[in-house]
Amino acid sequence: MSAAVPGSTPLSAARIAAAVRRGERSAVEVVEQHLAVIAEGEPQIHAFNAVMDDQARRAAALVDQRVAAGDDPGPLAGVPLALKDNLCTRGVPTTCSSRILEGWRPPYDATVVTRLVLAGAIPVGKTNLDEFAMGSSTENSAFGPTRNPHDQGRVPGGSSGGSAAAVAAGFAPLALGSDTGGSIRQPAALCGVVGLKPTYGRVSRYGLVAFASSLDQIGPLTSTVADAAVALEVIAGHDPLDSTSVPEPAPRLVSRLDEGVDGLRIGVVTELMGEGIASDVRRRVEAAAEALGAAGAKVDDVSVPAVTYGLSSYYLIAPAEASSNLARYDGVRYGLRVDAPTTAAMNTATRTAGFGDEVKRRIMLGTYALSAGYYDAYYGKAQKVRTLIIRDFATAYESFDLLLAPVSPTTAFPFGAKADPLTMYLSDVCTIPSNLAGDPAVSVPFGAGDDGLPIGVQVLAPALAEATMLRAAIVLEDAMAREVST
Amino acid sequence: MAERITTADVVHVAALARLELSADELELFTGQLAAVLDHAADVEALELSEVVPTAHPLPLVNVLRDDVVHRSLDRHEVLDAAPSVEGHRFRVPPVLGEPS
Repeated sequence: MSAAVPGSTPLSAARIAAAVRRGERSAVEVVEQHLAVIAEGEPQIHAFNAVMDDQARRAAALVDQRVAAGDDPGPLAGVPLALKDNLCTRGVPTTCSSRILEGWRPPYDATVVTRLVLAGAIPVGKTNLDEFAMGSSTENSAFGPTRNPHDQGRVPGGSSGGSAAAVAAGFAPLALGSDTGGSIRQPAALCGVVGLKPTYGRVSRYGLVAFASSLDQIGPLTSTVADAAVALEVIAGHDPLDSTSVPEPAPRLVSRLDEGVDGLRIGVVTELMGEGIASDVRRRVEAAAEALGAAGAKVDDVSVPAVTYGLSSYYLIAPAEASSNLARYDGVRYGLRVDAPTTAAMNTATRTAGFGDEVKRRIMLGTYALSAGYYDAYYGKAQKVRTLIIRDFATAYESFDLLLAPVSPTTAFPFGAKADPLTMYLSDVCTIPSNLAGDPAVSVPFGAGDDGLPIGVQVLAPALAEATMLRAAIVLEDAMAREVST
Repeated sequence: MAERITTADVVHVAALARLELSADELELFTGQLAAVLDHAADVEALELSEVVPTAHPLPLVNVLRDDVVHRSLDRHEVLDAAPSVEGHRFRVPPVLGEPS
């Protein structure tokens, strides 16, 4: 399966970095090549809110100077990097695909941006998203939707749809997304790329514009599992600027990729394989289970009963936190201001003009779920369900090392197909449980559906077990490569 | 089960959230929010009086750092991003009372 953009030559981040570090290819040449692919494909795909041509060229020249001087620019030397436009980039507009932040230039870089640039990566653009990361299709962007490179009549998924499409179209081998309820994994699945949500707290969120603070996590989207491992090693690890970042050093991932799955116990989550999951998606998850079994894993079904309540509790908890986080958009310190005679009227006029419908819905839903008389019935109950989900995962992990599930219930759907909000929310049913539990999960491309569009399968792991998770992911990637070549 | 959300409820939460809705939006959003809350009836119906709520997946509490002076954001750069400033301050319309 190749990306739909003609002329694209997707090279893995690892291969680019190796060539640049050895001085075999210049970073400038790599960046020019990718900017050319972007110039050709971007008018159709609209993966980016902004392409950073000039900055990318300057950064690439600096990487080449370092190589020429005998320095090692790092494990991502010369690798073009696409950044979801809810990650702060100093002096470069960061919009969250919202009118309320249009034109805002942050006074600082997100920690993940700093770390990737220090490792030699070269930001080439800010990618489109559902406004404030609220959505599963990128249709909620104030700047128009991103199109799926595999079928431009269909959505790329969301909310990190621009990042997934950028990798799938060969615009950049590495992108960052954020995942609050599946926003890295679902678009990765729909665009046929790898998408990894790390353990909650594994990666600093300093400079990530907050949506739901107890759920948000930053992670990589790449064309290979190994690239995701390299990127996560670079961005993971404690950051004093994020008090919720886990006080652990970055894990060793790359050196453990080849350890295989022999003897690992892997459970297929039965609650996520039933009604509502398309039969072609289920078949690919079953094929993935077989492939892991063939590689020596002990695969069995496992029940995680509380995940069936994940969707309902998520759509109370996430909006509640969003209603609080988005209170900061008041027309005072940054972004849009719509003038009015009093500050209160200015706040209302600004927010009414600046937010799109989905953001307004979630703010109101969250405000309602937190309001007097409803707090116990909605928000309080949802937080208790969260305890049940954590408990049921813990029980499953007593008998299994990893779990397997679908990512998206279907392949990429046509634009406008899920205009009803609740129908759209159901897209997240398989990804939400990991966010509520704070556990890592990765979407790995694993073949195509009846319509020929990509399907991803999801490997779930206990907190901080990304290394084991990636061992299974790369076994699936290898199995898929063999399936395609035969 | 909690009572179904009404247009009056939505008017109330919109005001709390500093949002203004047109009549059409009010009707549309009320129906859409009701559908999401109806879906949450499965959670509402659970008997969970013995279950402790989880606010956050990490067992972190009161993360403190040493009280050391370090570089902060550049004040001019921060103020440059504001819609309106006066001196070194954010400028806003009157906060108290009705406009004259």
